[in-house]
Amino acid sequence: MSEAQWTAHEAVQRLTSGDIGSVELIDALITRIESEDERVNAYVHLDADAARAQAQDVDERRQRGDTLGPLAGVPIAIKDVMCVRGGRTTCGSRILADYVAPYDATAVAKLRAADAVLLGKTNMDEFAMGSSNENSHFGPARNPRDLDRVPGGSSGGSAAAVAADTAIAALGSDTGGSVRQPAGYCGIVGLKPTYGRVSRYGLVAFASSLDQIGPLTKDVEDAALLLGVISGHDASDATSADVEVPDYCQKLRAGVEGLTIGLPEQFFGEGLDAETAAAIEATASRLESAGAKLQNVSLPVAGHAEYCIGAYYVVATAEASANLSRYDGVRFGYRSGEASDLQQMYHQSRSEGFGDEVKRRIMLGTYVLSAGYYDAYYLKAQKVRTLIREDFSRAFTDCDLLLGPVSPTTAFCLGDKIDDPLQMYLNDIYTVTANLAGLPGVSVPVATAQNGLPIGAQLLAPAFAEETLLRAAHHIEQTA
Amino acid sequence: MAVSIDDVRRVAALARLELSSGEQERLTTELSRILDYMEKLNELDTDGVEPTAHLTPDASVFRADERERFEALRELLSQAPDLRENYFRVPRIID
Repeated sequence: MSEAQWTAHEAVQRLTSGDIGSVELIDALITRIESEDERVNAYVHLDADAARAQAQDVDERRQRGDTLGPLAGVPIAIKDVMCVRGGRTTCGSRILADYVAPYDATAVAKLRAADAVLLGKTNMDEFAMGSSNENSHFGPARNPRDLDRVPGGSSGGSAAAVAADTAIAALGSDTGGSVRQPAGYCGIVGLKPTYGRVSRYGLVAFASSLDQIGPLTKDVEDAALLLGVISGHDASDATSADVEVPDYCQKLRAGVEGLTIGLPEQFFGEGLDAETAAAIEATASRLESAGAKLQNVSLPVAGHAEYCIGAYYVVATAEASANLSRYDGVRFGYRSGEASDLQQMYHQSRSEGFGDEVKRRIMLGTYVLSAGYYDAYYLKAQKVRTLIREDFSRAFTDCDLLLGPVSPTTAFCLGDKIDDPLQMYLNDIYTVTANLAGLPGVSVPVATAQNGLPIGAQLLAPAFAEETLLRAAHHIEQTA
Repeated sequence: MAVSIDDVRRVAALARLELSSGEQERLTTELSRILDYMEKLNELDTDGVEPTAHLTPDASVFRADERERFEALRELLSQAPDLRENYFRVPRIID
């Protein structure tokens, strides 16, 4: 097995034991990126010299016998929605195509403090808006399992890089499934932590009541390792939770005996591909054989596709329309050169800088917030959001975790849904509710479909129950 | 919910977007379809239900009202499309 295929915990072990140096590991990955990424297009920026310099520094400190961080020398890719100081942070958009971040996002600073090597920035749907990575200003990333298929989105580049062994692990962001869905499509692990678990300082805002940063990794142990590094309270993010960060790796192997796992009946209804349903049911049976108790639960609102997609796309676009008003061509970002007055400069800079999906969502969000429609759409969606949260609260009085699919089907082909925004939105039916309710969720590969593509299962947990979530995910992974 | 092309123009002006006539027509159709879908929310009785605006505990987060210096001020300002001595230059605002 080549170095590029290692997990982060394997890489840590090999680097610690002296089997390999960090520079050597970085070089192996850069060589692989050079041969693979032309087809996959997972990266939008790669600074090989900066990565080598970080690796060199780790190697030198290791030689001196310094105490090193838990990810010392491990190359990690960062979705291009997070600021990495001194490098471009484009968010997959023309409007930020030349933006150079003057500071590190907190999650990135925490990776640096853990002595990880920042390998490069990964492709994404523009402003994290999309489920296929086709909305990128830099061209779509492709699914390494089948290059005619999408890798999912919006963290498509991060998922594709990990699946193609061009990154050991990666960070992504999840607003409605953008970590879990691409992980599912590419056959890797994707974790969306509890709202507030990971600071969003330095994460370009899409929908502030939903956005959360999470790891995309080759296995569950890596997800636990990275979560431990990036979690924790941060005074720079007012929504960051002051909740203790446990050692997420400690209880990974505790098994599932005694856990009650709920199967929401609405997750297995109309619209779910039969092979995916069978794979999730088989996963449930394996959990039961290992001592977990299965329980049927009902999520009349939170499991109802139309209510969830409706509420999500009202809330998400409303918040996006407000967040994206900052792109005005004045202080940073793209400015149109044509304008003769200020109003025209705003209009033209935004119209030339944003892509079609971003404009569509700004329009939708502005519409639902506008006078006369606020109560009918935005306030209504916020009330439905409360009903969704209540559904989950009820389910979690009886269950420790919920099990269901990540997406209705395996990865679809490029071009299949790009002309039909509503069809694209419906792809998120099983993932948006975790964001609306602020809950942690993880996507784990459980089977391979007839078409050769991976099938993922999703586990959901109550807020801040990531330890239980990861423990069950680890069991599913080991028995899949 | 049928969205008219005038609605699209009005909302585009609010959002500071300049849309081509092709974009206006396409968005009229697309927004109508998407908003129709959202009408399903009205099947749910939400009388007396409190709205969820955010997920953080109710209390606001306070900090000491102290000034901090951003260390990379030069890098920050260098992002401006048109900077003149720490001022952002823009096209004329009034005639």
